[in-house]
Amino acid sequence: MSEVNTSRRQFLGWGTAAMAGLAIAPGVTLIDLAHGKPDDQPVSSKVRWGMLIDANQCHSGCSDCVTACNKENGLSGGTGPDDSQWIRKMDLKDTHSGRVMSLPMMCQHCGNPPCTDVCPTGASFKRADGIVLVDRHICIGCRYCMMACPYKARSFVAHPVTDQKPGRPRGIGTVEACTMCVERVDAGLKPACVDACAAAGHEAIIFGDLNDPNSDISKRIAEYTTKQVRADLGLDTGVRYQGV
Amino acid sequence: MSVRPATFKWVWVSDVRRGLVKRGSLWGFAILGASLLAVALTATASGGEQETSRVPLPHPEIANPGKCVADTEYMRKHHMDVLLRHRDETVHEGIRTKRYSLTNCIDCHASRKNNSVLGTKENFCQACHSYAAVKVDCFECHSSKPEATAGAVFHPIVPSGAKAGPASADQGLALSMQQHMRNGLAATANKNPGGESR
Amino acid sequence: MKNMVFREIEGKSVGYYVLLAGLALFTLLGLLAAHYMETNGHHVTGMTNQVVWGIPHVFAVFLIVAASGALNVASIGSVFGKSMYKPLAPLSGVLSVALLAGGLTVLMLDLGRADRVIVAMTHYNFRSVFAWNVFLYSGFVGLVAIYLWAQMEQRMKPYTKAAGVAAFIWRLLLTTGTGSIFGFLVARALYDSALFAPMFIIMSFSYGLAIYILVLMAAYGWTGRPLGDGVLLRLKGLLAVFVAAVLYFVAVYHMTNLYYAEHRAAEHFILVDGGVNTQVFWIGQILLGSVLPLVILFHPSAGKSRRSIALASVLVILGGLAQMYVTIVGGQAWPLDLFPGMQQSSSFYDGVIHSYHASVPEVFLGLGGVAIAGLIVVFAIKVLRLLPDSLGDDVVDVHHGAKAVAKPA
Ligand code: SF4
Repeated sequence: MSEVNTSRRQFLGWGTAAMAGLAIAPGVTLIDLAHGKPDDQPVSSKVRWGMLIDANQCHSGCSDCVTACNKENGLSGGTGPDDSQWIRKMDLKDTHSGRVMSLPMMCQHCGNPPCTDVCPTGASFKRADGIVLVDRHICIGCRYCMMACPYKARSFVAHPVTDQKPGRPRGIGTVEACTMCVERVDAGLKPACVDACAAAGHEAIIFGDLNDPNSDISKRIAEYTTKQVRADLGLDTGVRYQGV
Repeated sequence: MSVRPATFKWVWVSDVRRGLVKRGSLWGFAILGASLLAVALTATASGGEQETSRVPLPHPEIANPGKCVADTEYMRKHHMDVLLRHRDETVHEGIRTKRYSLTNCIDCHASRKNNSVLGTKENFCQACHSYAAVKVDCFECHSSKPEATAGAVFHPIVPSGAKAGPASADQGLALSMQQHMRNGLAATANKNPGGESR
Repeated sequence: MKNMVFREIEGKSVGYYVLLAGLALFTLLGLLAAHYMETNGHHVTGMTNQVVWGIPHVFAVFLIVAASGALNVASIGSVFGKSMYKPLAPLSGVLSVALLAGGLTVLMLDLGRADRVIVAMTHYNFRSVFAWNVFLYSGFVGLVAIYLWAQMEQRMKPYTKAAGVAAFIWRLLLTTGTGSIFGFLVARALYDSALFAPMFIIMSFSYGLAIYILVLMAAYGWTGRPLGDGVLLRLKGLLAVFVAAVLYFVAVYHMTNLYYAEHRAAEHFILVDGGVNTQVFWIGQILLGSVLPLVILFHPSAGKSRRSIALASVLVILGGLAQMYVTIVGGQAWPLDLFPGMQQSSSFYDGVIHSYHASVPEVFLGLGGVAIAGLIVVFAIKVLRLLPDSLGDDVVDVHHGAKAVAKPA
């Protein structure tokens, strides 16, 4: 109980600029972000959830987002060749200038996701609000989506799973990836990695509605140069990067 | 529903998906059928002295009697229909009403003894499913325990008495149950011939 | 030609039952392997989150590709009117269905949730190449069945040509579909090529024919039926042309990749420093699988001996498996380049070459698929009238089909 309330309070007090933006925005947006949508309403394509990752703010030694993701979704945190990793920290070094940077990499929640194109059963799908998910009830574990994903964002569950976290199902023989913490988002919270990054004082990950010009994330994207990873593929990613 | 424009479903499939026609369940039916036949034959042979079936009736532990989201008869027959529908709405459309959500069921039906809907023949889901030899697919992926921390906020129906204990308490049992189900050898109730009548 | 009699083989010899038992044993081992993988999870295989498709897919894709190629012999007979090939057609049809069944079985048993395979038929995503293939495969089996029926049933004879043409067109679509499974993976340097579809078609010609030749030689050799040089030499000439054509496509594919700056590093990996992948490419695919068979088949004297024709066919098959290994495993070993121009590293194996070590169960699963195909064929020739009593030089009209070598389908 206290955990949830803290993050809510944290969110409300966090980023006065965002609050200012919300205050002048139409009421709908305010309700959406602070309380989530009503439980009985389907998600709507009026919203497009996205993230902006600022590589300048991300610290190379920090992996709080990864830890938070593992905890939130009940992943083991193992890094063996067949362990699931929904989010990972990548270290980059420019081969010419030698400039180094560090950033989190996960499912980019594409507008035109290759995984949903190739999935034979439609288990890989994009929600109306832009979150790309695997419906593990109909995933047959063919792994074609993993072949198609340009970001190596997906993992295949190769071991029997027994100690799932309640409310965070995962199981053997199916493919899984970052869900943008869809359960939290539907409840009006932010993804676990976003909160963890803020808690660490880095605020390198901004979460919000890309369709709302007044959202914090849209404003940042309007103001600064941001990029989509492998923009050449034209996938219209929901996760954008700044400072890469 | 515009979420999945390119996905088609055929109606008859619901039987397959609800677990009635799953891998191995035919064996389950066959074994059940054979054992029922055996029971009938023994009953006739002994001149109908015994009224009780050799397969003991299930006695599921009801943690919160009288609080179900629909009446018992309806739920007995249709729990899988409502769960399936809710499942698709939740996963694809983000509808998160509590009434027919699996999490909600588990929160309320988890045993006070081992904090799970699986584990022993008294546990809510396992009791009837092993009696009917119908494989439960849910818990290969879903936790059989109530939501521990978040539950307090999002699921007020959780009985205050049922403290979310350490997840490992009955892990062995749950694991063996799950493996059992995965192998499609859903416990066929009459592992203990004679059962309660003895 | 007119007096050609098709007859079931007797299938009562010890050798026949030993063969049947051997194939059944491997089928069983394959099923056991699949069960083991299924209950323990795929961590007991060499496949990981880096190399997600492995040996089962090497076998499965090979068998499926070869399946459509095996039908070629029939197509040349009925579609292109080469009468020499007509008596060879029924075996060709059965062989193609058998190979397809073997390949699909492997593919299905490798699924993470093989128990849910029915979902692939009930939930259908029309954008998926994989899902198209579900249609293509079932349509293929249906058409070949009709085609076989047309060949074997007197009343259906008038429809043979139509059924043959339909099956031929369908098999082209099918292999295009199989090749596109890879060709559509635009994010991966080694798959992003439109050449995959035509290359897979020509590969199918070559693999399918090699398997056909072996099965034909075995069936006639072991049952003591006459098989004339006329037929064999015609088939081997065709095989040589196909092998050469594959080699040509492989060369073009790698050259274009080298030309494409973005893919150069990946190409260099396969051709020069890819370790096992490079060895399998040069030794397996190119040397043993292409060059050596070509030398044997074109050799003026060795090319005429049955032993060497059989050897060349075996080499083409091994070369095909090698080619599949390089395509599937080698193609995944090269890491995805998320940030071109940057060195990348992470806990998820970004920026490093991915290694793959096939495990025993995987290999048995793959071999199981081959065994299933074998079982079907061995059983079918016993119960169906697929093989002419004689394919001796005195019966078969070789010269009428002379153009087949110069102008293969
Ligand atoms: S592994 Fe599952 S989600 Fe991925 S393509 Fe196959 S069925 Fe779809």
